[in-house]
Amino acid sequence: MLREATLVARKDLRVELRSRVTTNQVVPFALVVLVLFAFALDPDRGVLERATPGLYWVAVLFCALLAVQRAFAVEAADGIRDALRLTGIEPAGLYLGKALAVAVQLLVLEVLLGLGVVVLYDTALGGWGLLIATCLVATAGIAAAGTLFGVLAAGLRVRETLLPLLLLPALAPVLLATTRASEAALGDDTAEGWPWLGLLGVFALVYLTAGLIGFGALMEDT
Amino acid sequence: MTTRLTNTDRPGDGPPAAVDGGPHSTASPATRVLGVLVLVASGVLAVLGLVASPADTELGETVRLLYVHVPVVAAAYLAIVITTVGSVAVLWKRSQWWDLVAGSAAELATLLTALTLVTGMIWGRPTWGVFWVWDARLTSTAVLFLLLLGYLAVRRTTTDQVSRATRSAVVGMLLLPNVVIVNRSVEWWRSLHQDPTLITLDPKIDGLQLFTLVFGIATATLLLVWLLIHRFRVAWMAQRVEAHELDDAIAVRRAEAVGS
Amino acid sequence: MEPVVHLRAAAALLGRFPALAGADLDVASGEVVLVRGPNGAGKTTLLRTCAGLLPVVSGEARVLGHDLRTDRRTVRRHVGLLGHGTGLYDELTVADNLSFWTRAAGADERDAVAALYRLGLAGRLRDVPVGRLSAGQRRRVAFAVLVARRPALWLLDEPHAGLDHEARDLVDDLVRDAAAAGATVLLASHELERAEPLAARIVTVNGGVTTEAAGVA
Repeated sequence: MLREATLVARKDLRVELRSRVTTNQVVPFALVVLVLFAFALDPDRGVLERATPGLYWVAVLFCALLAVQRAFAVEAADGIRDALRLTGIEPAGLYLGKALAVAVQLLVLEVLLGLGVVVLYDTALGGWGLLIATCLVATAGIAAAGTLFGVLAAGLRVRETLLPLLLLPALAPVLLATTRASEAALGDDTAEGWPWLGLLGVFALVYLTAGLIGFGALMEDT
Repeated sequence: MTTRLTNTDRPGDGPPAAVDGGPHSTASPATRVLGVLVLVASGVLAVLGLVASPADTELGETVRLLYVHVPVVAAAYLAIVITTVGSVAVLWKRSQWWDLVAGSAAELATLLTALTLVTGMIWGRPTWGVFWVWDARLTSTAVLFLLLLGYLAVRRTTTDQVSRATRSAVVGMLLLPNVVIVNRSVEWWRSLHQDPTLITLDPKIDGLQLFTLVFGIATATLLLVWLLIHRFRVAWMAQRVEAHELDDAIAVRRAEAVGS
Repeated sequence: MEPVVHLRAAAALLGRFPALAGADLDVASGEVVLVRGPNGAGKTTLLRTCAGLLPVVSGEARVLGHDLRTDRRTVRRHVGLLGHGTGLYDELTVADNLSFWTRAAGADERDAVAALYRLGLAGRLRDVPVGRLSAGQRRRVAFAVLVARRPALWLLDEPHAGLDHEARDLVDDLVRDAAAAGATVLLASHELERAEPLAARIVTVNGGVTTEAAGVA
């Protein structure tokens, strides 16, 4: 299963490398979001500064939506879904592989968004251990949930509108936890932040399990 | 299995007979008894809630809204548990019966959750002066409502029955875990903001008030069961119609092919 | 011996529509059967049903000893389908595609490369993105993957489409070799003059229903 997961993940990342959709479209989108937030929240009045952790993670969530949509748009080409089913590849391996690819792309986006936030919002980064841990665990959960709902929406005509409706409410607790943890990290109050990682970990576990169980049934029946 | 080719129906025939000679409506002796019970219980609850039980020392008359709000919440959570269990059963046993149960329960859960939000807001207005506060309960309930809307959206996608059942089941099985995670995280979050002016929704109650509350929960549960049975039967009959339409479609396609 | 494909009054769904309404078919091991019929008749549906891709809702349906009504997943691993869509990633090169699709199926990449040479595609195309190939070239890449998997049942949907004369001959050679090696082949085609010599029998599909024609020598 792990062998298949790496095979699929490498394939997805290779597709991204060659087509550069994430680099050419999602990254600029992330920057657009950061700029729009600044327009909406007047940088001079200190609101932007206080809201930065939350805004950062909202931007990450929006980018995650795009990344997941893209991950499944790749498989939408004629005959690929049939071909994947015919390979006899273990659905769990396929799920893990796609989730892994999404996670890698998300991590890259998070780093870039972090740079954006430092530059555009003049944020001072600190509490590195907590920040990095938060990013890693949160990304695992976001990728797990995104890939599961992504394949669920994949075969449908309404997939572009269904995916946000399913994914964003489910990710609400993640947003909550990551923002609190990030605030703690930036505010040098890291003891407050670590407990939230526990929640992120539970979330990731729940969704990974659900994905491993549900992906097979979804591939089979849809 | 009998099939009727649709092109032999004559125009003046009137409505077709019940499918498979089965039930004409969703009522049955059991549901009638249950329905009467619910009516009676609601009546008793109204009397208890509005008249018999005393006004609360802290909350005044507004506590009477709790006798509706809390039972509705309880019933909503019960419906969600049913949906989750049903969804797991769909994936595990490939059971269509459970799919219909899960779908019906989810619809009712959505209705009850909406009622929870509304009664919560109605209670909030005189108590806090505003319609909405971001306290733990209301916030969690709002997220729950959104999760349920997502489930219903999946249910309404137009694909074949098996595919729809599987998709719904995947979303449905996550409902309960989602609810637990959301509740925990939101409670924790709001507890960080100790706001002494915010009165919780759980005043100390005992005696007749407690009894009324518990009685309300029991009534709501009965109501849920009654609604669930009816909704399930409607869904079951709709599914039978779909199956017959499919048989007809197969037969028609065959007839066309042979004739050409 | 049990037939490789056994269908009796089988009906299969495409979404909600019974694209296959009543298929009767028996194919013995090693046979090459031509499936013909007008467009929209259900040839593709028949092939996809035998591949285990579509749900069978009534009748009997067994492929390679497995019941299609309950055990489609196992069937899929042992069949090869060359469908209308190529099933290749346009963004990836020929080499990447061969590598991924053979490894995903547990087959040997080198077999696919060898098959590709046999089908007349030069080595210099290996690093070309599939999206930039012609339709005929793409089909040959997909065919190479199928050959490498060595399935027991070959399901070919218009294998000659988009190919030039030479390539068509190469495809025919591959089909004959496969049959000689013991594989069973179901071939759907409009090009009867080219396809008939390959087949031992002809089956016609119309309106989702099959009828058998007289055997062809």
